[in-house]
Amino acid sequence: MKLDYLILALKNLRHRGIRSWLTLLGIFIGVTAVVSLISLGAGLQAAVGAQFGISSTQVLTVQAGGINSYGAPGSGAVNKLTTADADAIEKLPSVDMAIPRNVETIRIEFNDKLSFMSAVSIPYGEKKKKGWEVMDLEVEKGRLLQDSDIKKVVLGNSFSKNNNGFDKEVELGNKILINDEKFEVVGILKKKGSLIFDNVVLINNDVLEDLTGYGEEVDLIAVIIKDGDLMDRATEEIKKLLRSRRNVDEGEEDFEVSTPEAMMETVNSILGGVQAFVIIIASISILVGALGIVNTMTTSVLERRKEIGIMKAIGAKNSQVFMQFFFESGMLGFIGGLVGVVFGTLIGIAGVVGINSFLGAELSPVIDFVLIGGALAGSFFIGAVAGIAPAMNAAKQNPVEALRG
Amino acid sequence: MVMEVKKEIIRLRNVSKHYPMGDSVVKALNHLEFKVYGGEFVAIMGPSGSGKSTAMNLVGSLDMPTYGTIYLDDGDISKFSESDLAQVRGKKIGFIFQSFNLIPNLTVKENVMLPMMFQGTSIEERSDKAEELLKLVELDYRMEHYPGEISGGEMQRVAIARSLANDPEVILADEPTGNLDTKTGAVVMEFLEKLNKQGKTIIMVTHDPDLAEKYADVVYWLRDGELEKVTKRVGKRFVDVTKKKKKEAKSNGRR
Repeated sequence: MKLDYLILALKNLRHRGIRSWLTLLGIFIGVTAVVSLISLGAGLQAAVGAQFGISSTQVLTVQAGGINSYGAPGSGAVNKLTTADADAIEKLPSVDMAIPRNVETIRIEFNDKLSFMSAVSIPYGEKKKKGWEVMDLEVEKGRLLQDSDIKKVVLGNSFSKNNNGFDKEVELGNKILINDEKFEVVGILKKKGSLIFDNVVLINNDVLEDLTGYGEEVDLIAVIIKDGDLMDRATEEIKKLLRSRRNVDEGEEDFEVSTPEAMMETVNSILGGVQAFVIIIASISILVGALGIVNTMTTSVLERRKEIGIMKAIGAKNSQVFMQFFFESGMLGFIGGLVGVVFGTLIGIAGVVGINSFLGAELSPVIDFVLIGGALAGSFFIGAVAGIAPAMNAAKQNPVEALRG
Repeated sequence: MVMEVKKEIIRLRNVSKHYPMGDSVVKALNHLEFKVYGGEFVAIMGPSGSGKSTAMNLVGSLDMPTYGTIYLDDGDISKFSESDLAQVRGKKIGFIFQSFNLIPNLTVKENVMLPMMFQGTSIEERSDKAEELLKLVELDYRMEHYPGEISGGEMQRVAIARSLANDPEVILADEPTGNLDTKTGAVVMEFLEKLNKQGKTIIMVTHDPDLAEKYADVVYWLRDGELEKVTKRVGKRFVDVTKKKKKEAKSNGRR
């Protein structure tokens, strides 16, 4: 019996003018926004995460804090960390390795163009090997730095592109001037999809120290722990050690130990903000869409008064007239939702494909059938609810007056 | 001679319909006595403004009288709820309108199926019955067309098929030929006549006295909201069988 109303509703909808369909834009936009957002899902998280250079789950980052924390990480700190701190950390039982790293602003000249970039110091020996691993760095062309390399440099992927700010692609074997000294490019990194890593300049530690002269000071210490499960313990141990070395009380630390989880949390809170914003926009457009349906159904009832009169004359009960308009309204919402789901899924897929080519990742779009079903059912529900008042109005028409048209 | 016991199908007892209009009251219909027996062909005749449309709405139980009582199959329609009345109306009365009143978004066949849907008939049964009825009005080849794609005469024949959908006792036709030319009008009337011969009760509302007297057995003549006279076919002539009441005698005397 209910199926009859559904069929009748679809038949009537087929003859609706463009005006009716335009009122569905709200539902369509709302559903598209929500579905595409969720289809992007992990892709969005990966894209933002890559900007922070988060890859390994076994690495803690120790940074000195301070008032002037502008510029490269740790570089603005008043009371800097030192290589001695790194050595002390490395002796902790839960720690496998502590790699001191410096990030320095350097001046690069190439093709008669000048640019200021960040150079990252590269340690020696085992730490160098481990460093490549935890930073997940691989070359696209050439090779990575070796301990014996002096005046040799490995560049981020963006340097090999035409739009690198030098009006010329940097190629293997090219000579570039760093702080007025000549360096040879021995490697170009693979694309990482991160603004930091794709624009990085990698130089062996002693060479960079000679160039910029930071001495024993360290911008940040990357701590590789023995086991992923020791994360919390290692964090506590490092905090305790540095508190005593730097002579500060608990709760007043002038340094920071960040875990990948904490960084991911930052990413997630940013994403959460974006998601909340999208959901607010979606809710508003769905509300507008619902009002549009109320409007179009009210007009439709007025336009079809005669039809209502005929239906009543040939035996339709009030409830049957109500049902017809109620279902029609629900189907109107459903169709808006259906188009929204299709577009949303397509946008999600396109977005993930885009992220994949940007990051070189192999993420797959999330096609959540529960979400799709929910969106469709919700759209029908919103349409039906919006149709209640107009349908009641249709049901209570007086047959004689309605027949007069 | 065997006395034929005829069943009373619709009866209006001293029915009046008044509409409030601003401060005054429009008396559309006054003291109407009306009776239809099973198998009769009855015409309600009157010029425009005579109250015949009001009478039709009351006879078809689309409207409630201000005064008086209407019986449909011995049941007082004022005692029914709105929904029950719709159900009873759908089952017992088939409507045919001057302007056809088919639903434009539905095909010819779906239009004929619609009254059965409201009675809860299954879709297979509806489909079979609709096809059968469209064959009866010789329109089975138009089944999948939309009302906008067929002629006026054809639309009215679809309306006839629709009126028969729930196998009603009475067919109520409001100016069934009013929007048709003489020739197609005659075809439509032939179908109604045929149905009457098969035993269907037919009530036709018309302003055309020739049409009324050509097809009907009994003609109710309305004028200015009053019943002027009732004539009945006897052989080839119509005789006045009005039951004179004081009020009616007075109103007749005025003219």
